[in-house]
Amino acid sequence: MDFLRPASWEEALAAKAEHPTAVPIAGGTDVMVEINFDHRRPEYLLDLNRIGDLSEWEVGEKTVRLGASVPYTKIMENLRAELPGLALASHTVASPQIRNRGGVGGNLGTASPAGDAHPALLASGCEVEVESVRGRRMIPIDEFYVGVKRNAMQPDELIRSVHLPKADGPQQFSKVGTRNAMVIAVCAFGIALHPETRMVRTGIGSAAPTPVRAKEAEDFLAAALDEGGFWESGAPIPPSVAKQFAQLASGACNPIDDVRGSAKYRRHAVGIMARRTLGWTWESYRGNERSAQCA
Amino acid sequence: MRVTFTVNGRQQEADDVWEGESLLYVLRERMGLPGSKNACEQGECGSCTVRLDGVPVCSCLVAAGQVEGREVTTVEGLADFARQRAEHGGCGTGACGTSLQDAQQWEAKPQDSQTGEGAELSPIQQAFIDAGAVQCGFCTPGLLVAADEMLERNPQPTDADIREALSGNLCRCTGYEKILDAVRLAAARQDRVQEGAV
Repeated sequence: MDFLRPASWEEALAAKAEHPTAVPIAGGTDVMVEINFDHRRPEYLLDLNRIGDLSEWEVGEKTVRLGASVPYTKIMENLRAELPGLALASHTVASPQIRNRGGVGGNLGTASPAGDAHPALLASGCEVEVESVRGRRMIPIDEFYVGVKRNAMQPDELIRSVHLPKADGPQQFSKVGTRNAMVIAVCAFGIALHPETRMVRTGIGSAAPTPVRAKEAEDFLAAALDEGGFWESGAPIPPSVAKQFAQLASGACNPIDDVRGSAKYRRHAVGIMARRTLGWTWESYRGNERSAQCA
Repeated sequence: MRVTFTVNGRQQEADDVWEGESLLYVLRERMGLPGSKNACEQGECGSCTVRLDGVPVCSCLVAAGQVEGREVTTVEGLADFARQRAEHGGCGTGACGTSLQDAQQWEAKPQDSQTGEGAELSPIQQAFIDAGAVQCGFCTPGLLVAADEMLERNPQPTDADIREALSGNLCRCTGYEKILDAVRLAAARQDRVQEGAV
């Protein structure tokens, strides 16, 4: 094994071009587990810790450019207003020790359907900035996840940052697990209201081969809110609409039975989370903040 | 490969480090500092918690090569670290810290309950002993490092703050209540010291 330690982004791209099999390591919270357990013996480890730019973020007028290695702790501490959904999701990642090291780039690189950031990323409608010596490209999050633990990146590419639209409305995240800390999601759900565009976006975690959106549920809800004039009136959402939204979200799942839960349970729980998170975000849109924020 | 980094305030070198090796392995097997415990090796248990540039991390998930040029504080250096923080607000001169030999031979010397003499423990370590928060002791080092960092950052934690800060540290003796007592005790003592200083 070789340990590559590029001091700059350009050096990192050159190293990745020369050794496309090199495994990038930033927080190490996924990669080191695989190495410790002998599940993986990469020929090259590409350490990204020396590239300071990856741990920085910029809040622009419309978007936040979030460096791939910004630890979840920093997202929780600094970007709660701009990225509420992702901040809530970050709070449910493992433990303080893990949140101090892990970042969104790792979740995207690993592309596990259980990654905690994915539902919030899908709901926000972000773009992933990837780069190689051949050039830079922005991959819309909807096109990023292509299979179980597979993403749309080429072997010579590295994730530099994620560009997320600043929240223009309430966002929520919910996750089912056996306890509050240190759990991989049994399933998870993220929702973002976008009052400016009159859209609703969602993300489902751990209930399909990849993280997915509940598109039919989104379309149904957007139409129902529009037709009923709910965005203008701020009236409560009728239970029948919430129920239909939940059923459609449940229907967007394509889960499996595994040690963490059964497919049937996951479908059911996603429906429940969809209804609840819709209620929380809509109440917030109407001006009634929840007194206790919990995931 | 060779890795050069600061351990408990002193620069150290480790040679012939395998590229896939963890910081935990380097500390335990190459530097003779077995205070950080090796248990789950997957970041679930927190017993290998150390501070990397001041931030609590699971040392089993940090690749050794990633600590080149950086600062690590382990439980063996915690007593000196806490004392220097209290006296000088940290180590400014570079002359402080704990030598490797001292760290390797470090053992708990709690305050004598009769005479009040002989304490060479950090306040959090003393509090763990006084509150009976050490059972088998395996999770203790990680908890001490995590709890000490929380009290540094948040001197007056609520119970929820304590639970949150220690949520990444498992105790399989399930001695959590005493552990919470210990952290509350350390916080209360810290508060008293600060009030006295004002």
